[in-house]
Amino acid sequence: MTAVLQAPPTSAPATGRRRRSPLAWVREHLILLIAGLAFVYMLLPNAVVVLFSFNRPAGRFNYTWQHFSFDAWLHPCAAPGMCTALGLSLKIGVLATLLSTTLGTLAAFALARHRFRGRSATNLLIFLPMATPEVVMGSSLLTLFVNLRFPLGATTILIAHVMFDISFVIVTVKARIAGLDPRLEQAAMDLYANERQTFFRVTFPLVAPGIAAGALLAFALSFDDYIITNFNASASSVTFPMYVYGAASKGTPVQINVIGTVMFMVALLAVGIGQLSARRRTQ
Amino acid sequence: MTALLDEPVQSTSGPDEARTAGAKRSTPYLLLLPGGVWLLLFFLAPIVVLVSQSLQTGSLEQGYVLTWHWGTYVDVLDTYHVQLVRSLLYAAVATTLALIIAYPLSYAIAFKSGRWKNVLLVLVIAPFFTSFLIRTLAWQTILSSDGPLTHALRQLHVLSLLRGLHLIDNDQLLGTRLSVVTGLTYNFLPFMTLPLYASLERIDGRLHEAASDLYASPWTGFRKVTVPLSMPGVVAGTLLTFIPATGDYINAQLLGSPRTTMIGQVVAGQFLRVLDYPTAAALSVVLMATIVLLVAAYVRRAGTEELL
Repeated sequence: MTAVLQAPPTSAPATGRRRRSPLAWVREHLILLIAGLAFVYMLLPNAVVVLFSFNRPAGRFNYTWQHFSFDAWLHPCAAPGMCTALGLSLKIGVLATLLSTTLGTLAAFALARHRFRGRSATNLLIFLPMATPEVVMGSSLLTLFVNLRFPLGATTILIAHVMFDISFVIVTVKARIAGLDPRLEQAAMDLYANERQTFFRVTFPLVAPGIAAGALLAFALSFDDYIITNFNASASSVTFPMYVYGAASKGTPVQINVIGTVMFMVALLAVGIGQLSARRRTQ
Repeated sequence: MTALLDEPVQSTSGPDEARTAGAKRSTPYLLLLPGGVWLLLFFLAPIVVLVSQSLQTGSLEQGYVLTWHWGTYVDVLDTYHVQLVRSLLYAAVATTLALIIAYPLSYAIAFKSGRWKNVLLVLVIAPFFTSFLIRTLAWQTILSSDGPLTHALRQLHVLSLLRGLHLIDNDQLLGTRLSVVTGLTYNFLPFMTLPLYASLERIDGRLHEAASDLYASPWTGFRKVTVPLSMPGVVAGTLLTFIPATGDYINAQLLGSPRTTMIGQVVAGQFLRVLDYPTAAALSVVLMATIVLLVAAYVRRAGTEELL
């Protein structure tokens, strides 16, 4: 730790550190050891998901390793009902992402670019859904729908998902707008671009990565949500997380692990590409 | 971020400002209208309905009437305070553990990873985008009583030690306090790590140099420079972990036993199986009020109101 606290933190070189005492050496490596263990803790379940996607379980539950098999990968839809649930989750996820990203981006521009009466109240309204436990949000929305005698189903799930997605999109996009260099827009104006041209040729392209990040987050939250969804779903609108939860008590098909593995790979790719393009932009 | 947002970033100026002043004044409201209405209708209104429902009496078949029956709250607290306190306790322990794990982790990523930084960040974020239910089921596999982990810990007599510490009840890991808290900590670790990393990464390296130039030992420098500057990340991370962990019922349901029931399970059960809406609503309101009070006290104590 000694060396690092003295060196500029971002570019601490691996060699050429001066080690003052054995104690400092232990401390320095202790932190790396803890970080390594933390990674094992964080990635162990993913490794298990991947490994058990190649299992051929003896009974209905995929909990103990039996034989190596490609069966689940070759027949991903063999588990009854799973692909239907997956389809519904994808559909709701895409719609919720489109809606929440549009509404959230508009609101983010209002909050980042304008001062107006009621701004702090609006900020509070946006912050609250992120600070409310999911059971409370899910159960209160269910209470509303029950009181209005509104039938539960895919529509109510979509309404709920857009609701909890909006705040995350606003926060993500707002941060991006706030981080823009105002001089770029001033330069465009100085070069006789009108407001519309400035917005579409300078502002929007610069904010676009923030919007993309917000949309990705919105989709991930929607696709993965169980608690709020379960409150506002009907027996005929089973999403993928609801299917997985049901399987936990009835029997877990190996295909669940196949989907989990694919999701992890896609996530690695998406996040990795995002990181790479972000780095290229800064270079 | 707050400071940045408080500055008017508006870059338009010139003679046509006065002409369009009327239109400009309504612009933010028009932009906010669709999203704001959505949140008012489907976030705020439901909470008002929830509070009203908790004070009603009646039945699902005959309908409910608002009778301001506060007695429901007394009954709810009387019956379920054990689960409520247990949830707060589990969430507090999980948050503490997540902080203990995430601080060195984000410190290592921010200051020690060199060119591996981006790879490590991807590895922190990627699991978050994989179904958390599937990952929680994987913990069932890892902790199962005939799994290699249980076997190894039994051989090493760690299981007896854990039993002695009252972390587990029998000779197994699954279905215990330990497994529920392990799952909670695991599930919310990214929520702790990312804000911590963001605040650590932002620290100006010259501050560390200044500290050591002024004869601060590394430990003093860490305590007096790094820790205070990372406080916004600590506060944000603990809130992002504690709030969802308190209301969570997936971990308790999939990794716990009837002896580890959390308040979220009770709320879900009352709403979806028992269909006793006033009791269920009162429970939900109690959970929300408890969290709001605790968070308000915590934020005030941490002195970071501007975070919100």
